[in-house]
Amino acid sequence: MARNFKDSQGRTVVAVTGTGLVSSLGWGKAANWAQLKAGQSGIKTITRFPTDGLRTTIAGTVTRADGQPPSSAPELTLEMAQSAANEALLEAGLTEANGFPGPLFVATPPAELEWPQRKALYEHPCAQDLTGYDRLLAAARSGAFKQMFENFQFATVADHLAVALRPRGLPISVSTACASGASAIQLGVEAIRRGDTDTALAIGTDSSVQLEALIRFSLLSALSTRNDPPDRASRPFSKSRDGFVMAEGAGALVLESLESALARGAKCIGIVRGCGEMADDYHRTRSKPDGTAIIGAIRNAMLDAGAAPEEIDYVNAHGTSTPENDKMEYLSLKAVLGDHLEATPVSSNKSMIGHTLSAAGAIEAVLSFMMMENGLLLPTINYDEPDPDIPLDVVANAARRGVIKTVLSNSFGFGGQNAALVLAAAD
Amino acid sequence: MDNPSKQVWITGIGLLSAAGEGVASHLDALDNAAGAPLIDAQGFAPYPIHPLASINMAAQIPKKSDLRQMEKWQHIGVYAAGLALDDAGIARNPELLGKTHLVVAAGSGERDATVDAKVLEAIAARGDTDTEISAKEILPTALRPTLFLAQLSNLLAGNISIVHNVTASSRTFMGEEMAGLSALENAVRRIAAGQADLILVGGALNAERKDLLLGYELGCNLWSHPYAPVWQRRAAGGGFIPGSAGAFIVLESSEHAKARGASPYARVVSVGTDRAQRTEPGQIRRVLQQLFKRISASLSPEPIAVLSGASGVEPVTQEERDFLDDLESDGFTPAIRAYGSRLGHTVEAHFPLGISIGALALSRNQLFAPSPGDDVEEAVSSLPQRMLVTGVGHWHGEGLALLERVNGGRVS
Repeated sequence: MARNFKDSQGRTVVAVTGTGLVSSLGWGKAANWAQLKAGQSGIKTITRFPTDGLRTTIAGTVTRADGQPPSSAPELTLEMAQSAANEALLEAGLTEANGFPGPLFVATPPAELEWPQRKALYEHPCAQDLTGYDRLLAAARSGAFKQMFENFQFATVADHLAVALRPRGLPISVSTACASGASAIQLGVEAIRRGDTDTALAIGTDSSVQLEALIRFSLLSALSTRNDPPDRASRPFSKSRDGFVMAEGAGALVLESLESALARGAKCIGIVRGCGEMADDYHRTRSKPDGTAIIGAIRNAMLDAGAAPEEIDYVNAHGTSTPENDKMEYLSLKAVLGDHLEATPVSSNKSMIGHTLSAAGAIEAVLSFMMMENGLLLPTINYDEPDPDIPLDVVANAARRGVIKTVLSNSFGFGGQNAALVLAAAD
Repeated sequence: MDNPSKQVWITGIGLLSAAGEGVASHLDALDNAAGAPLIDAQGFAPYPIHPLASINMAAQIPKKSDLRQMEKWQHIGVYAAGLALDDAGIARNPELLGKTHLVVAAGSGERDATVDAKVLEAIAARGDTDTEISAKEILPTALRPTLFLAQLSNLLAGNISIVHNVTASSRTFMGEEMAGLSALENAVRRIAAGQADLILVGGALNAERKDLLLGYELGCNLWSHPYAPVWQRRAAGGGFIPGSAGAFIVLESSEHAKARGASPYARVVSVGTDRAQRTEPGQIRRVLQQLFKRISASLSPEPIAVLSGASGVEPVTQEERDFLDDLESDGFTPAIRAYGSRLGHTVEAHFPLGISIGALALSRNQLFAPSPGDDVEEAVSSLPQRMLVTGVGHWHGEGLALLERVNGGRVS
């Protein structure tokens, strides 16, 4: 039977032909899947830096192959992205000698110097008696820190990936806070629909578990302080949820026009049916009380996909485990899916792997495709006390068998940047 | 997309820099090339910078609570975005704002230099191994909770949405100059393909920050001598002089603009970007040549104005000059102006700034005066029909934009 290569709006159908994953549970999809379906948590006590006296002392840190802590966040952010990309490209059969044949979209956190780097600069021999930034600038002027320059630019992660993967054109770094991963996918989908390219590589990667970032989120009262035991801290949709758990990880997806994927004999893992977004103009960290922007993003994704509420078989929730997010997400889902929501299973991977921030949208898309492929819904662990104000069919504590064809995946960011994806099974 | 490509117009411009605010003050400053550029040579010595003119931020950011929640980088960007929305006739129009997409090229906001100095002194006093202990003890009480929100790259866009109610979508591109190149190229492609009708795109830089200067100077990229135009820094090794600036433009499909009676400064014919490897000499020049071929496919040789975003960093700037010489050899007779010589290098905001100034020049049918003292910029009697805007990153990234005068368009 001839496949339809155009969607209901006459646009190129965008397939996914390869995915890759890194999380606090491990490197690669297989390692992650085995633990996720068993409801295991990757959240642990932070050992990378001293935490005594801090309100939050846990995170979903990623352990490197050699067990050593990374020298900086950008270093691990890059390693994870590279690993996820390699896994995705291998699966897609796109390990071509002359590089990836399309553009690269990378969701990555802003790069910044950390205290070990500032210390190294401060300790550099200095002729004058300088203090503060004057001293750091004098050290930089010596020319002894050019490697540090390359590792701490905003372009660093995408640029280093471009050297390794050799995509076409300028590597794109995108940030929409916690919606970044979904935005990277959306940028790729749009480029393919425009006919700019047949294929695009979308990556979300984040290793923000460094001291100052932890303190900053803590000062915003965004983090769970339920430090002991760590694996019980992230509890989306529970009455006793008290904040999110910072975590690290990366997800990568090879996006490709269905037509070109099938023409080259690639396996189609799934379809990105639609993407939607809407920006909030209410507050820097809270969504508008009536949920306008979140509802708008979800509705726009459904419209873009041409999907009716009844078609959504499962919601991969943003589900951060903050009091605010989970309540607003429920209200918004209710507004868009209506009565159908009652019959729709919902879960949040963040209960197990924490909130991977810039990477979350990409990781959750990868997991959504794995759930469709395996006919298994991953659980929301720590769901022992349902919040009575959030009457959802949460996939509670244990994975659930189920045939799902269409998934709604939400991502909402600080700064009011909201994105939603409608993802579909291969056939 | 099956739609034939749509025309992309520039229907609003918002500028803020050392030259002041708004279109008129920038035209004046650029025309006055004989006058000394506005430089602060002392405040960040040995690095000269182009400081922001004195601006009453409340004119575009009326709520004190909004002003308090942002740092200067965000003030500049939100202000320039507001000017562009005003200029395009979109500001305070809920219907139009609701379908205006936002695309921002951003780095990040300020650090608290006083707190950082305090931590560094504590680390130095304690000795070797306790780096993070000092930071951990000082930061939780010293950092303002809201400072984080001024540091996140995407929060410039967030604040533009909050202050000006731009809500259709919001995307932030990062990566120094590459951020500006990506933002513009993506926005133009979306409109050309019918994926959006109305996009507010731009960026901002607050150059008056030692922590920002540090990031660039790690790579020895800053000019640490008395002021010189960008073309005249090569003998001393090159370097850029950062400038505080905000530059936002409203891009609009011509159909949408016509339907609401908005007229354009200029048309964006095409934007092309790429990344030269820069492992060998000549690669930047070659990439620029290829990009020019790609975006000028329909042009036969003719005089062309070039608004160069050259930073002054070498050998990058020399390679761009070589490319411009190639244009001359190919019969395009470029009339060149480096706007960074007048306003400073504005990194993420630089490509949007160049496109803004290029559109202004086209709309008033006159190029700016050349910077005195070299053979690159020459006086011209009339302005060609088309303008090439160059964007070459001081570290990575190359881009070109081709602008064209629209007959019957807006006159500056």
